[in-house]
Amino acid sequence: MARIFAYIAHKGGVADDSAAELAAAAKKIDAGASPVAVVTGWGPDLDAVCEGLRSSYSEIWKVANQAIAYPNAELVRQALVNVIPRDSIVLVPHSHFGIDLAPGLSIKTNSAFVSDVLAIDGTDGTSLKVVRQEFGGQVSAHVRCDISSGAIISIRPGAFKPVESSPLAGVMVDKSAEVGALTAARRYLETIVAEAGDVDITKQNVLVSVGRGIQEQDNIAIAQELADALGGAVSCSRPVVDAKWLPKSRQVGSSGQTVKPKVYLACGMSGSFQHLAGIKGNPFIVAINKNPKAPIFQVADVGVVADILEFLPELTEKVREVKGISV
Amino acid sequence: MLEGIHSPAQSTYWIVSGRLLFAIIPLLGMACFAFILLKRIAPLLRGAPDFRLTQMWARLTRVLKFWLVQWKQPRYLFAGLLHIVLFAGFLVLSFRSISLVMIGISDHFVVPGLSGGIGDFYNVVKDYAATLVFLSVVIAAIRRGVFRPARYAVPSEYGKDHTAEAIFVLALIAILLVSESLFEASAAAFQTQQGLVAALPPLSLAWAFKYALLSTPLEWLQNLHLGAYLAHEVTFFAFLCFLPMGKHFHVVTSLFNVYFAKLDRGTIKPVRWGVSDEHLDQVKSFGVKTFEDFTWKHMLDFYSCADCGRCSDNCPANAVGRPLSPRFITIKARDYAFQHYPMFGKTGNGTPLIGSIYSEDEIWSCTTCGACEEECPLLIEYIDKIVDLRRGMVDDGNVPKSIQKALKALESRGNPYGKMEKKKADWTKDKEFQPTCDVKILDGKNTADTLYFVDSITAYDDRIQAIGRATARILDQVGENFGILGAAEKDSGHEVRRFGEETLFMALRDHNVEAIKASGVQRIVTADPHAYNALKHDYKDMPPVEHISQVLAREIKTGNLKLNPVENANDVYTYHDPCYLGRHNQVYDDPRDVIDAIPGLKRVEMGRCRDRSFCCGGGGLMLFYEPKEDQRMGVKRVQMAAEAGANVIVTACPFCMVNIEDAIKVTGLEGKMTAIDLTELVDRQVSREPANGVKIVKPVAGSATA
Amino acid sequence: MEILVCVRRVPDTSENEIQLSSAGNDIERDDLVYSVNEPDNYAVEEAIQIAANAGGNVTVVTVGSEEDEEVLRREMAMGANQGVLLSDDAFAGSDGKGIATILKALVQKGHYDLVLTGTQAEDGGAQVGGMLAALLDYPFASLVNAITVLDGGKLKISREIEGGNREMSEIDLPCVLSIQTGINEPRYVGMRGIRQVASVEIPTFGTSDLGVDPASVGTAGAKVKRTDYFMPVLGKGAEILQGSQEEIIDQLIELMKAKGGLN
Repeated sequence: MARIFAYIAHKGGVADDSAAELAAAAKKIDAGASPVAVVTGWGPDLDAVCEGLRSSYSEIWKVANQAIAYPNAELVRQALVNVIPRDSIVLVPHSHFGIDLAPGLSIKTNSAFVSDVLAIDGTDGTSLKVVRQEFGGQVSAHVRCDISSGAIISIRPGAFKPVESSPLAGVMVDKSAEVGALTAARRYLETIVAEAGDVDITKQNVLVSVGRGIQEQDNIAIAQELADALGGAVSCSRPVVDAKWLPKSRQVGSSGQTVKPKVYLACGMSGSFQHLAGIKGNPFIVAINKNPKAPIFQVADVGVVADILEFLPELTEKVREVKGISV
Repeated sequence: MLEGIHSPAQSTYWIVSGRLLFAIIPLLGMACFAFILLKRIAPLLRGAPDFRLTQMWARLTRVLKFWLVQWKQPRYLFAGLLHIVLFAGFLVLSFRSISLVMIGISDHFVVPGLSGGIGDFYNVVKDYAATLVFLSVVIAAIRRGVFRPARYAVPSEYGKDHTAEAIFVLALIAILLVSESLFEASAAAFQTQQGLVAALPPLSLAWAFKYALLSTPLEWLQNLHLGAYLAHEVTFFAFLCFLPMGKHFHVVTSLFNVYFAKLDRGTIKPVRWGVSDEHLDQVKSFGVKTFEDFTWKHMLDFYSCADCGRCSDNCPANAVGRPLSPRFITIKARDYAFQHYPMFGKTGNGTPLIGSIYSEDEIWSCTTCGACEEECPLLIEYIDKIVDLRRGMVDDGNVPKSIQKALKALESRGNPYGKMEKKKADWTKDKEFQPTCDVKILDGKNTADTLYFVDSITAYDDRIQAIGRATARILDQVGENFGILGAAEKDSGHEVRRFGEETLFMALRDHNVEAIKASGVQRIVTADPHAYNALKHDYKDMPPVEHISQVLAREIKTGNLKLNPVENANDVYTYHDPCYLGRHNQVYDDPRDVIDAIPGLKRVEMGRCRDRSFCCGGGGLMLFYEPKEDQRMGVKRVQMAAEAGANVIVTACPFCMVNIEDAIKVTGLEGKMTAIDLTELVDRQVSREPANGVKIVKPVAGSATA
Repeated sequence: MEILVCVRRVPDTSENEIQLSSAGNDIERDDLVYSVNEPDNYAVEEAIQIAANAGGNVTVVTVGSEEDEEVLRREMAMGANQGVLLSDDAFAGSDGKGIATILKALVQKGHYDLVLTGTQAEDGGAQVGGMLAALLDYPFASLVNAITVLDGGKLKISREIEGGNREMSEIDLPCVLSIQTGINEPRYVGMRGIRQVASVEIPTFGTSDLGVDPASVGTAGAKVKRTDYFMPVLGKGAEILQGSQEEIIDQLIELMKAKGGLN
């Protein structure tokens, strides 16, 4: 069985949640595997991340190079090609970075590539069996990948629950010397942070969507707090825009935006046909409405019969607790 | 020695003989006028063709009704009456004007037919006419200058105020009247001072001037007489030449504009007159992109605008703050023509209109409700122009994103929602509905006399499907042998055409025409006024089409349909006229008769009803457009209903239903105001006891009972 | 600038309801409507705008069969100068690398300054662009939502990253970019436009024209194969959560977490 490597994304000296998810995914490929965490970067932040990984990974390869202080996928790819042995399995989170890095990495390492994997059904000889989704999530597919000369697998964030286990005593290996010369025809300039008003609901994974049940413009703050806690955004149905409580850019529906979140909370919405037409990709729909006969309950996955003005603040509080967010 | 006053023809003006002067001035004036007219006609010669020469009698009748009798003017009563007086006065005074010009050359000129007794009678009438016109001019000037009615205001984005132009013209008219009256009065005073009889019609302007001049020295009267004539002559030809320079061009063009006005209501002009559908591929560019793409008649429309503002005053888009003002669609185009086809200098042409004088949103904002065309006293057409401008934008690929989505769905699935064709009849399969009513699908195995054309929103929208079911149940109740096309029915394409996508419209139309013909039905019924309008006017060679309200009205009159009394006697109902049933097709009374046939039902009329109905916001593709507006049209309409004292709005159009129900929620009137479709109302109130104990079943054509 | 845009004909996600076929191993294809993959359409619009501003030529290419020609024509109706079809029996069953290998051969046949793909297609692979760049040894950037042409054979690009932020970079030509939706507002293409390009010639290239080894593409060369489709288990209507409000909240949080809702 080939060695499994997990590419660890990090920011501000802290590893991304995907680190634990990749470890869990590795176990699904090979229950007895001890995946190696590969961390690229530079300086004290990189050191801090590597330190922090010692409890969850048995081996951590630190790949330090000033050129990849900012994770420019073009340069990181070159570094990984030089550092990671051939025929390995490399797990990458299916994020904006993973999308940038992984396909090219598979070509340069002459290994197979499967993207956005939701579940792993183990191996069968030299075939790895995984589950993916197609058509914006409307169908699932079983996929086989020939891993005889290695594979790059990008893992859907949130699909693999971190495995609880006793802390490991990870060994750190410094592979920086093997990086080699990094040349880039693509040079990072800067990151422009989005303005507060520039929320693009079509790109959100989590939407807290409000309908007329929110009753007043002031109550939208309740939804906003939940959205902040969940790391998503507030969207709405047309009546809310008509009443000018939210701008048009927040409207989901046939004459508004089309959204493809993973989770959609329909709060105080009846679930009109025109509104639902704006939701694509079969997200997990939670309907919260005090009217048990609201049509939204026909289309939602789970429902809560409750007054959103009471329920949402409680939910927000619990979410913050779970995520360790202090207000 | 007694001497008569010297006439202008006999006199000398400085060094020029009157006769010569007053031969030259008219000649110069007419030459100038002719030159100006030629310059004005120039762009029309470059315009697209427009076939307006057929149906002479129908056109002449309209000239009588709208031009001569000024039929539309009283819709704004005070201004209308003023204008009727002005116009009638002008017509009467036109003979005097001719004779005045000729008198300058030949003293004894008399207009043929106006000699002797008739001439005397005319002289009396004309003096009163001049007086009334003068009073009207004064009132009009005060109205424009002091009271400034709102509809004349020019929003800042459209340029400077037009009041100065209006007052200037009123002043010119006043000068004409006063100078003519002084010309007469001075001669009469002159004669009176010499002891001769010179009676003028009492209380007329001339009469008043005469009395004011009775003690004026004869020499002064002579000079006044000659001076007044000169003033009149010069002002007359100056005014004539000024007419084509602004909104008073309508004085010249109105007769022609009314004569050539569009006769076929409800349909949109072809992409290019003279090019049949099959040959459209040869047309290089669709729609209006530059000024010269307009037809000559549309250009004439631009010239004929009297800047009265009645169109914009009634435009629902304008009322809710969308960037559309029909008046300025016309005025901006007129000013473009004036600028690019000047009296002197080169003609410029070819500038794209969208992005220069028009904005995209301005053109997409129109719901094609027709209120503007209904108001315009000059019968100026707007909808065809908006559609032509949209055709141009579509041709360039310049279509708002949300509309693109809907158009794409229409192309691939035949409905704007992207729903599957095979689900088009799913509304008939509702669990509670199906046992009560078995709706036939005319798929070749089934046949029927009547087609119920359902159209997209009724078939696919969860809320509006209720209208479909109510309609089917009622048709059953009155014994109608009907069926639906089901999956074979595509969207009628009514709004597709009006949004400028002519090619897609033709594809939908051709598909539906084939399906309808294949079904063998003898008539079509629909509950959707947009489909009704499309089948009646946009589609050709179709069996007769009726809206369900017309069917219901008839069935009630014959006693075949009986309605139960209302349950809640305190409800106050009002009927909202859908644009495409009311204004465009003039079906106003049938729906009202149906509602009024319900015993105990209280109904009130909104101020804006019938042909002044206020658009709910539009249907079809308009539901997918995201306008910039201050509020929704539906909200304004619901407020109108509340003001009229109603708490139930009855409508007869699925799109009106969507817009009004939305608006009820937005205005927070949920629970206090409801909306119900005419079919739903009848379905609720219909007595399911067979009339006279016998259920009437309409015979199937060709069957034994026929 | 010579621009090549790789496009794909896919079942339209907004106008189809994807269902399993009765055999259970594929989706029901009978009633599907197809159109150009949405991100690809944005890419073509971007290419047309770049060519209009900086001067140039836009070629659209697809790997498929005759029925895929319709998307090439649609993009040509939109404004692409020419279309190319890459078709061969040997191409069937290609995985992402196979498609990239075929496209690489075409890129090397011509001289393209810029190669664009859409971010991803209906299978969510999001891989062809990156693979193509690596095969060509061209620099690559994914999720591009803004492009500015600079002097000296460079572009300034913006990538879409989390939270609506934008990662700005400079990239040398020739390069490969995968384009994200929302980069521009694609112009409308109607039936009329498509009719006008209905008879324009679309050259077709196969393995021998491109010099592609059949063993490296198609089913023969594929390392990743889909074995079947299946439906994730769905409930009938919403499952109404029961219990005290606290219990309901706990259940809800667990569910949302599993679905990726707690970022």
